[in-house]
Amino acid sequence: MSGRWTWFNVTSVVLGFAFLYIPIILLVIYSFNESRLVTVWAGFSTRWYVEMFNNQGLMDAAWVTIRVALVSATVATVLGTLAALALVRYTRFAGRTLFTGMVYAPLVMPEVITGLSLLLLFVSINMDRGFWTVTLAHITFSLCFVAVVVQSRLVSFDMSLEEAAQDLGCTPFEAFWKVTLPVIFPAVISGWMLAFTLSLDDLVIASFTSGPGATTLPMKIYSQVRLGVTPEINAVCTILIGLVAIGVITATMVTKQRAVADARARQADPA
Amino acid sequence: MNLFRRLTILIPYLWLLVLFLLPFLIVFRISLSEPVLAMPPYAPQFDLGEGWAAFRDALSQLSFANYVWLTEDALYRNAYFSSLRIALVSTFLTLLIGFPLAYGMARASEGLRPILLMLVILPFWTSFLIRVYAWIGILKPEGLLNQFLMSLGLIGEPLTILNTNTAVYIGIVYSYLPFMVLPIYATLEKMDYSLIEAAQDLGCTAIGAFWKVTARLAVPGVLAGCLLVFIPAVGEFVIPDLLGGSETLMIGKTLWTEFFNNRDWPVASAVAIILLILLVVPIVLFQNAQARAQETGS
Repeated sequence: MSGRWTWFNVTSVVLGFAFLYIPIILLVIYSFNESRLVTVWAGFSTRWYVEMFNNQGLMDAAWVTIRVALVSATVATVLGTLAALALVRYTRFAGRTLFTGMVYAPLVMPEVITGLSLLLLFVSINMDRGFWTVTLAHITFSLCFVAVVVQSRLVSFDMSLEEAAQDLGCTPFEAFWKVTLPVIFPAVISGWMLAFTLSLDDLVIASFTSGPGATTLPMKIYSQVRLGVTPEINAVCTILIGLVAIGVITATMVTKQRAVADARARQADPA
Repeated sequence: MNLFRRLTILIPYLWLLVLFLLPFLIVFRISLSEPVLAMPPYAPQFDLGEGWAAFRDALSQLSFANYVWLTEDALYRNAYFSSLRIALVSTFLTLLIGFPLAYGMARASEGLRPILLMLVILPFWTSFLIRVYAWIGILKPEGLLNQFLMSLGLIGEPLTILNTNTAVYIGIVYSYLPFMVLPIYATLEKMDYSLIEAAQDLGCTAIGAFWKVTARLAVPGVLAGCLLVFIPAVGEFVIPDLLGGSETLMIGKTLWTEFFNNRDWPVASAVAIILLILLVVPIVLFQNAQARAQETGS
């Protein structure tokens, strides 16, 4: 769709983006505020960043969060890619409807339900709550997001390529590894990034499944936010926002360059 | 059937059975128990080691008492209705803001669209908690919004917005706006603009053409967007907890309180099961839409 951009269109886009971005921009600005009172501007300062790095509890929580996110995103990517393959390739197997349901349901399941149900599972098998229970919980809900992302790339994949590889002597696994995986790799990477940020971000499921010694950063932020807004939390948030923005913009630019390179390659070699 | 194919299906299938389906069965089983002061804090316990008679005895102690209590107690009933109402109103408000935004994006020039799309997705990657937190500083009585309005002379004294339902609406609309915009944008972007020109050539006014062509074609996107906002909003916990006040009754918050503050696991489980039942219809609708969209490859 295109056509003329009317004044109505311009206004709704500008207002929409203002609504989306002004709160985040204000949060970032006020993290550089000298005053402890978050809403009174008292001059530029980076003292809250220094205090944040000296806050041992906050740093420990950040470290736990990063480890959980790295492990859970990686396992979720492997499992989610397998689930996507199963959904796209194998249209007939026993219990496929149940399987499809279990892949899509966690996408919209209220977090309180997922968190509660996983905790009750861990309690009934007497598993000590901590790093591993949070990680298992995060793998479970983010594998579904990975599956959806990878699936949307797989549906447009030309299966005859993999069949050709198998005709030429590859085992099914080799054919997948050497032919399919390189083609769907960008989707696998974006699936991993999505799983990583979902894990970094999660408060509710982590609060249910975590135990002593495994407080994640969102849990720490939440407990401090309940006591009031502090410039230190603004500083933590600003750093997280910055990291995510850099990650997403880099990823977008890389995929764009790849698309441009692909287009050039096709032009140079019309066959 | 070869080994690779078998493992491709079996590994994620088993994982989801054990960590997704089994937990729900456990929640259901605990919702039929009674709370006790022990660890784990519910009774009866099943222990096959104590023999078949003891197992049967424990089985007979399970009851639907918690459900009866939940339907009789006005607090829970109100919490369910109020969650549905808040989710419904917020979904409508999100659509009201999201549709013009998606429409404007779809009509932007070819070069501008990817940038606008990235700008919509970017906040979605930013922490949910942070985005909700950002509003506290804005909506507080001495917060930035009140300072701004008072400096303009529009209001004489600070408005109370934080800790009311209004703040909850703002929080939900703000947090879920990308979920509404993306599916609508996806359907509008694929639309052929010449259809509108044709409608206008045939005598439609601009508004008539919009209503008869654009709005009709956008229905799948609107439906997907509304479900993606409505379903998680019903069970939302963080937004009503941080932005809402004591008047804000939402079921996600009730479940959290029952579990963490009252330590009543059976009631919390029963609350979860009822919430799930309420959401079954929208979730199935969402799954069908999702499966159809994936199969047509969009």
